[in-house]
Amino acid sequence: MFDLDRWQEIYHVLRKNKLRTFLTAFGVFWGIFMLVIMMGSGDGLKNGVSQNFGDMATNSVFIWAQQTSVPYKGFTRGRQFYYENADVRALDEAIPEIKYLAPRTNVGGFNGASNVIRGLKSGGFQIFGDYPVFDSIDPVNLLQGRFINEIDIKEKRKVVVIGLRVKELLFEKNENPINQYIQVNGVYFNVVGLFKSKRTGEAASNDNQRIHMPFTTCQKTFNMGDAIGFFNITSKDGIPVAVVEEKAIRVLKKRHSVAPSDDAAIGHFNLEVEYKKMVGLFFGIKVLVWIVGIGTLFAGVIGVSNIMLVVVKERTKEIGIQRALGATPWIIISQIITESVVLTTFSGYFGLTLGVGLLELINYLLESSGAGTEMFLHPGINFSVAVVSLAILVVAGAVAGLIPARKAVSVKPIDALRYE
Amino acid sequence: MIDISNIHKTYITGSNKLHVLKGIDLKVEAGEMISVMGASGSGKSTLLNILGILDNHDHGEYLLSGIRIENLNERKAARLRNKYLGFVFQSFNLVSFKNAAENVALPLYYQNVKRKKRNAIAMEYLDRMGLKEWAHHLPNELSGGQKQRVAIARALIGKPKVILADEPTGALDSVTSQEVMDILTDINKNENITMLIVTHELDIAKRTQKTIRITDGLITEIIKN
Repeated sequence: MFDLDRWQEIYHVLRKNKLRTFLTAFGVFWGIFMLVIMMGSGDGLKNGVSQNFGDMATNSVFIWAQQTSVPYKGFTRGRQFYYENADVRALDEAIPEIKYLAPRTNVGGFNGASNVIRGLKSGGFQIFGDYPVFDSIDPVNLLQGRFINEIDIKEKRKVVVIGLRVKELLFEKNENPINQYIQVNGVYFNVVGLFKSKRTGEAASNDNQRIHMPFTTCQKTFNMGDAIGFFNITSKDGIPVAVVEEKAIRVLKKRHSVAPSDDAAIGHFNLEVEYKKMVGLFFGIKVLVWIVGIGTLFAGVIGVSNIMLVVVKERTKEIGIQRALGATPWIIISQIITESVVLTTFSGYFGLTLGVGLLELINYLLESSGAGTEMFLHPGINFSVAVVSLAILVVAGAVAGLIPARKAVSVKPIDALRYE
Repeated sequence: MIDISNIHKTYITGSNKLHVLKGIDLKVEAGEMISVMGASGSGKSTLLNILGILDNHDHGEYLLSGIRIENLNERKAARLRNKYLGFVFQSFNLVSFKNAAENVALPLYYQNVKRKKRNAIAMEYLDRMGLKEWAHHLPNELSGGQKQRVAIARALIGKPKVILADEPTGALDSVTSQEVMDILTDINKNENITMLIVTHELDIAKRTQKTIRITDGLITEIIKN
């Protein structure tokens, strides 16, 4: 119900001492403003770092071979060894916790010498031999064509899926790369797919310079025998990939006569552990932001409560008059609480709007300048957080008004009337 | 209308006890117009405040229109004040940010009467006070007599059974004082509203039907005018 008298009174009270109202409102404004800015910045930081993961399954582990460091079973230390195709089946059989197992090989180096040629154009790209399952572990956005499939593997087809940057460097702007041929390390391959990374920033530009070909084709064409470069393994949902990691290392050590105590022989990188560290870090940041933000907001709300006490004191006589004329305590209490809520909500809403506006501005400047996307991306707070903050404000305003309101009705009407 | 017996009131400030009312008995019939006189500190205002349920008494019995006034919570007290009582104060006590009409309408606001309706009624009452064209002026734009007439209109709008006036002419010059008394006498006669007027001016007291003199917390004299 819209009650004009009530709003007239609020307007009068807030207007009566404009500087005081402004300063009080500023306390709340600043609290929510800081909360929004800090949460947005925390989010921006998180987004910036998370982008390096793209859609990659975070429960994945990479395992590759290094040199042995312990003599074992008659082998000397410093032995170089290679994983073989047979290891794939062995791993699959020994470890039921595996969800995806992608053996991979690679040819040529990133940023290395030119290894890919098309007509007069050439470039140095990272070349991987992959199974179709790789697309389930680290998905890409396919722009055209398809990824490697089972028939490619089986028939050892000479086909490649190329990244967007590869296409840009080897093809004309409006040229369709599909069904065209490129020369990789002197061998012609048919382009069947074009993809774009799901990551952003530097991670994306790395991805977009990849070329994927069938695993079997890669082994055969480049004379690798049945050597495997490395494994990319994910665990089943709900099982930590560390379990798979440990088991896989044990199996591989046994199969390749590596001493069980030799930790240097097998290189491995557990993405899940790194990811969890990061998630933990951002959780910590979030907790900190909430504590500081709520603390600041709380200080603002106390300011409101304080001012309402002064307002009630100043208006003692007026409240006395109202009570003499028949205003029940509830009318007085609700009036004061409404004032308090209006003050906090308006100033809070203003802080919220300005905070979000500032974040949007930063976002816009970041994007238009192209800077800072590596560590900081899309700062902002989501809608539900904004709604929750506003709800907190309303409640805080009500609580802030409660003590002054009770004080207003605790005096006897006659004492209020006599108050000068 | 008002029936009090053996009313006591003591104010305690720190270690000081001030026995202000020492057993007041008073019966006021419906439609009576009574003035209360006494030196300052005699307890006349305290009596009025107790009658107005703005303050509570320590001992004794108070019946207002047959309702026993005792240990009321603030909500009930507010309702009773709103329904049965109208107040006129020495210092007018108008709400400064509300214009004359809004001030008059205030008791109806607490009865949840719709704004349009209560403002229309307020205009009627202001018209009776001859203040129609001042309806939209704020209190600080009115003269003392006008303010008191607004206050009287405000006291009347809730159709009270009793009007309690605490030195209604105390802040007014003698001509306006007589005008205000004219209005109050009219209301008393025409609407049969019981009226209690605290005053220390003899010529004001003379215009009521009965004058009660209070000395040191007791009624010492009742004079028929």
